[in-house]
Amino acid sequence: MSKPFTPKVVTANALLEGDVVYLAADDRWTRELSEAEILEDEAHAALRLLDGASEASVVVGAYLADVALKDGIPHPTHFREEFRTRGPSNYAHGKQEQI
Amino acid sequence: MYQYTDFDRDFLAERNAQFRAQVERRIDGSLTEDEFKPLRLMNGLYLQLHAYMLRVAIPYGTLNGEQMDVLADIADKWDKGYGHFTTRQNIQYNWPKLRDVPDMLDALGEVGMHAIQTSGNTIRNVTADHFAGAARDEIEDPRPTAELLRQWSTDHPEFQFLPRKFKIAVTGSPNDRAVIKAHDIGLRIVERDGETGYEVVIGGGLGRTPMIGKVLRDFLPKADLLPYCEAIVSVYNVLGRRDNKYKARIKITVHENGIDTIREMVEQRFSELRPLFRGVDQKMLKAIEAQFAPPVFQSGSVAAFMDAYHADPVFRSWADTNLTAHKNEDYSIVSISIKKHGQTPGDAASEQMRVMAQLAREFAHNELRISHEQNVILPHVHKSNLPAIHARLKAAGLATANIGKISDIIACPGMDYCALATARSIPVAQQIATRFDELKLEHDIGDLKIKISGCINACGHHHVGHIGILGLDRAGVENYQITLGGDHTETAAIGERAGPGFAYDEIVPAVERLVYAYLDLRTDAEERFIDTYRRLGMAPFKAELYPEVKANAA
Repeated sequence: MSKPFTPKVVTANALLEGDVVYLAADDRWTRELSEAEILEDEAHAALRLLDGASEASVVVGAYLADVALKDGIPHPTHFREEFRTRGPSNYAHGKQEQI
Repeated sequence: MYQYTDFDRDFLAERNAQFRAQVERRIDGSLTEDEFKPLRLMNGLYLQLHAYMLRVAIPYGTLNGEQMDVLADIADKWDKGYGHFTTRQNIQYNWPKLRDVPDMLDALGEVGMHAIQTSGNTIRNVTADHFAGAARDEIEDPRPTAELLRQWSTDHPEFQFLPRKFKIAVTGSPNDRAVIKAHDIGLRIVERDGETGYEVVIGGGLGRTPMIGKVLRDFLPKADLLPYCEAIVSVYNVLGRRDNKYKARIKITVHENGIDTIREMVEQRFSELRPLFRGVDQKMLKAIEAQFAPPVFQSGSVAAFMDAYHADPVFRSWADTNLTAHKNEDYSIVSISIKKHGQTPGDAASEQMRVMAQLAREFAHNELRISHEQNVILPHVHKSNLPAIHARLKAAGLATANIGKISDIIACPGMDYCALATARSIPVAQQIATRFDELKLEHDIGDLKIKISGCINACGHHHVGHIGILGLDRAGVENYQITLGGDHTETAAIGERAGPGFAYDEIVPAVERLVYAYLDLRTDAEERFIDTYRRLGMAPFKAELYPEVKANAA
């Protein structure tokens, strides 16, 4: 039996800036994971990934990343995705600059 | 130093214009990412975890003050005010924007620098001994050879789509400081019956299948260099596997076919190619060699050096650790550590780059080098200038006396930047350096090479570290494997895995246990960590790394 589907978001890197973006429900690409559309249905997730990947003049390398929901807010489940929400650990560069 | 000709300048300008147009076509949608990716990679542009990354070649690690200044200007204008020097004598900018990259490349072109073939399945930046032209043990300066290879391999039409990337390193000394045995082709300049030539080593490499290179020819006449290298790469181009990325490097081709078969094929191809090289390459080499003539060394008293050495213990410690014997008695080779304890190995702020550039101009015949160990070198310094240099370095946070010591760690960018990484490397390096600085044990421990990679591709050379650390993703958690006994020199060896890996917060204590074990086990302070390991083997170190196993067995 296949594993039950876990919540996901569509994520990619922006073509011009190169930074991490997430696909929102209204088709915007947002810099904030908290604004990403949470995909809890496998078929819908596959469709949204196609939507994201079709925006080749805006983003690069769209894929589905696992998230865990806490009070309805998505959090990364893997450390790689956690770093992508933040930036590197040796300097306060990247997304953490804004925090 | 090599000076660009009009041909070089025109070529670079044209190439940059091409790339500018390619970027525009990607942005306006005429090129897909699949079409654009190989083009950007050939020009050194990666897309990493948080941003683009531009990798700029510093051919054979040599640059002058003006070039270093431009590297600093680029860091300020288009990046975040710093650059990262890599284990292949490149500099990486971690935060460029796609639209800015053509301007960055034009700025580099102004001072004869480029990012061509710093990525992709091509012949990469040709590296060399960072002490080239200065080392006392040198037979001949390897840089003219490296420059000839750079010109030959740049845009070589036959070698733009190799099965996989291809790395060449050259040393002119019997003591190998260029890790030639871990390269696809390693060249060592040797002397036989009064004639200089090359020992040609192929099939070395680290990565997921580490291999020490094998000797293909023990003596290649100098004039045969290009046809012979062309024969090697063309045999590889035909034979190298394109069905499996992980088996595509020449080390696997050599391993699967055997060095004797490869040698036969190379010699066969060489016999076809040799007559096609009619000596133009050798004329070019002569012209290149003239440009690498040693500087006019100044003479004069070195008393200022001796006075400072006796009067100032901080200067003395730095001099004992960071200076290397120069072929001229009155000169020293200065290694500038860009690994102050707690800093990111290989990172230099733009202001630090400018300080080093200015020191090179004032005191060091306007020459700088980048080492594969991620430090910066002033290769030619009259000893009388050392106290002044040290004072200026100290003011810029560049006077750390740790070259070759436990905190002089090679670390790849790891998962703080790299899209391929499986774990972080930089914070592990920072914590090890900080810890041993706190313990004040660094100089007691002596020479020790720690090398850290954040994935199996081994950019951090962990296989050839005395202590190697490999960061992996084990079930969604960072985990660090230790290897012991690696050696990156002329006696190259692949380290042996010690056992199960350690969690992120266990790896620094594990290294500490290893080092304390060594201090207990060594015969005296002269016996280095690697010597003790060779004398006693893995067992005593393993017992310290895994005390619970020892306890259970008792």
